[in-house]
Amino acid sequence: MIETIFSRPESLREVSTHYCPGCTHGITHRLIAEVLDELGLRERTVGVAPVGCAVLAYNYFNCDFAEAAHGRAPAMATGIKRCRPNLIVFTYQGDGDLASIGTAEIFHAANRGEKFTVIFVNNAIYGMTGGQMAPTTMPNQKATTCPFGRDVETAGYPVRVCEVLSKITTPSYIARVTAAVPKEIPRAKDALRKAFQYQAENRCFSLVEFVSTCPTNWGMNPLKACEWAVSDMMPYYPLGEFKTPDDPLPAGLNLIEGDE
Amino acid sequence: MARVLMKGNEAIGEAAIRAGCRFFFGYPITPQSEVPEYLAKRFPEVDGHFIQAESEVAASNMIYGAACSGTRVLTTSSSPGISLMSEAISYCAGTEVPVVFVNIVRAGPGLGGILPSQGDYWQATRGMGHGDFRILVLAPNCVQEAADLIMLAFDLADKYTNPVMILGDGIIGQMMEPVEFGEMVDPETLPEKPWALTGAKGREPNILTSLFLDPNVLEALNQRLLAKYRQMEAVEKRWETYNISDNMDLAVYAWGTMSRIGKTAIDELKERGIEIGLFRPITLYPYPYEAAGEVASKAKKLISIELSTGQMIDDVRLAAPGREVNFFGRQGGIVPTPEDVRDEFLKLIES
Repeated sequence: MIETIFSRPESLREVSTHYCPGCTHGITHRLIAEVLDELGLRERTVGVAPVGCAVLAYNYFNCDFAEAAHGRAPAMATGIKRCRPNLIVFTYQGDGDLASIGTAEIFHAANRGEKFTVIFVNNAIYGMTGGQMAPTTMPNQKATTCPFGRDVETAGYPVRVCEVLSKITTPSYIARVTAAVPKEIPRAKDALRKAFQYQAENRCFSLVEFVSTCPTNWGMNPLKACEWAVSDMMPYYPLGEFKTPDDPLPAGLNLIEGDE
Repeated sequence: MARVLMKGNEAIGEAAIRAGCRFFFGYPITPQSEVPEYLAKRFPEVDGHFIQAESEVAASNMIYGAACSGTRVLTTSSSPGISLMSEAISYCAGTEVPVVFVNIVRAGPGLGGILPSQGDYWQATRGMGHGDFRILVLAPNCVQEAADLIMLAFDLADKYTNPVMILGDGIIGQMMEPVEFGEMVDPETLPEKPWALTGAKGREPNILTSLFLDPNVLEALNQRLLAKYRQMEAVEKRWETYNISDNMDLAVYAWGTMSRIGKTAIDELKERGIEIGLFRPITLYPYPYEAAGEVASKAKKLISIELSTGQMIDDVRLAAPGREVNFFGRQGGIVPTPEDVRDEFLKLIES
C-alpha cells in the first residue's frame, strides 16, 4: 500500500500555467489552493482575477471565477460577496492593478470592511505589458517607461500598500509575506490561512501582500531575482503583520448613539 | 394595488423592488439622487441592501460582480456618471450578464448642467462603451411608464443576459405623478441561473470573463451577440403613435419628455384643423424603424423634436430614407414650451 503524501491540491486544476520560469505566481497560487483545501472552502469559493500577469488565474484554480476590469476586482468582489455572503470571495491582483489603477477600489473596499480576501502580488513592475514602471517600482530601478531608473522627484516614492491600508480605522487583517525565500513560505501560508479564516468567520477585510519576483522584466535569472527581492525590496517592504482585527480602535472615536 | 402619487425617481426605486431587485450599488449625482435615497430607506423593509460606492466606476463594477452572482441588481446615475460606468457596461455585455442601468440624463457635454436633456441618445444607442455591442434602451415619458419599464427591464436583462438601460431625463425623475405598481416578484421564485458564480459544489467551476485571446473564439462571441441583437430587433421593438391619419400635414418624432410637449401642441393645432401625428419610440434600441417609416409615408413633412442638437434625427432619417427630416430642439437644459413647439410646427407647415 503506497500512501500519497504530496499531491496537487484539489483547488488547483491539472494544467500548466503560462507564468515565466522563476516567477513566484505559481507558488502563490499553490499556497492559496492548499489553504482553501485545508479549510474546506473550495466548493463555496469565488475568485476574481485581475488584469495583469494573473489575468488567466481562472484557468488554474478549480473554483468559480470572474475576470474583472483593470483595478476593479475589489468592486466586483464587493458585488459578489454582498449578494451571496455565504461565499468565500478572494481577489488576486498585481501592483499595477491594485496600487495604481485600482487604488480607489482597494482603499474603499478596505474602509468599508468588505468581508473578502485580497492577494496582492507586488513585483515592482508591470509584467504582462512588458516591464513598465509600477507604483511599487523601487527608486532608481530601471523599467521600460523609466529607462534611467525611477526618479522620485517626478514619480514619487514607491507606494507601500500594507502601511497605507493598515492606517484605516476599520478593523482588518493586513500582512506582508514572500514566496521568494523558502523559509518564509510556511509563514506566507499561515498569513493566508488567517486571512481566509477571518473571512470565513465574517470578521473583517483581509489582505496578504506577496513580495514577488519578475526575473523576465527585471532582466535577472530566477536566483538573482530572489536575491534582489531580499536585498532591494524587503528593506523597504518589510514582512510581517501590520494589522489584525484584534487591534484596539484608535482613541478619540466618538461613536454617535443610534436613535433607537 | 391603488394608485399613489410619487416622484419619478422614487417610483423607479419602488418598481425595482417590485421586480425582485434587492441590491443597489450607486453614487450620488443630481438629478437622480432620490433613487439611492429612497432605496437606502426602503430596502431594510424588504431585506434589501443599499451600498454607496466610492465612485460610479466602482458602483458599476459592483453591479457587474452582483450580476455575475446571479442576482437582480440596479444602479442609477446621470450623464457624467454614466460615462464612468461605460467601462463596466462593456464588460457586462462581453461577459453576457444581466444588469439594469438607469440614466437620468442631464445637459452636457462635460460637467454641463443639472437640467433635463436628451443629449445622451447617441451614447446610449450607439456608443455605450468600447467594443462591438448593443444594449437595450427603454425610454419612458411619464412616471407610470418609468415604473413599468423598470420591471420590464429586469425581465429583458435576464432573457437576453445583456445590459438594459432606462433613458430618462430630469423631468421624468423629478416630476410627481400617480403610479400603480405591478405585483411584487419574490426574488426566491425567479428562475435559476446555472451560469452564475455560486460556488462549484457538485459541478464544474463556472468562469465569467470577457477575455478571449483566441480571435476565432472572440469572433464566435461577436456572432453570438449579433444573433441576440437580431432577435431583439425582431421581437422587442416598442413604440406609441398619437393622432396618426392618412394625410397628415406633419409627422412629429419625439421620445421621452419631448413627446408630451409635442402632444400638447398637436392637440391645440388639431382644433384649428391641422392634422399632425406623433411617433414615439419606447425602445430607442432596437429602434422601431418600420413603424416609424410607415408614419412618415402618411405625412407631407417630418420633424424630429429633441432636447439636444439633433441625435434621434439620425434614426428618423434611417426610417424614412430619401425624405427631408426637419429638426427643432433646445439645449443646455432649456425645455421648450408647447407654444414654442406649436410655432415651429406652424412655421414648417406654412413654409
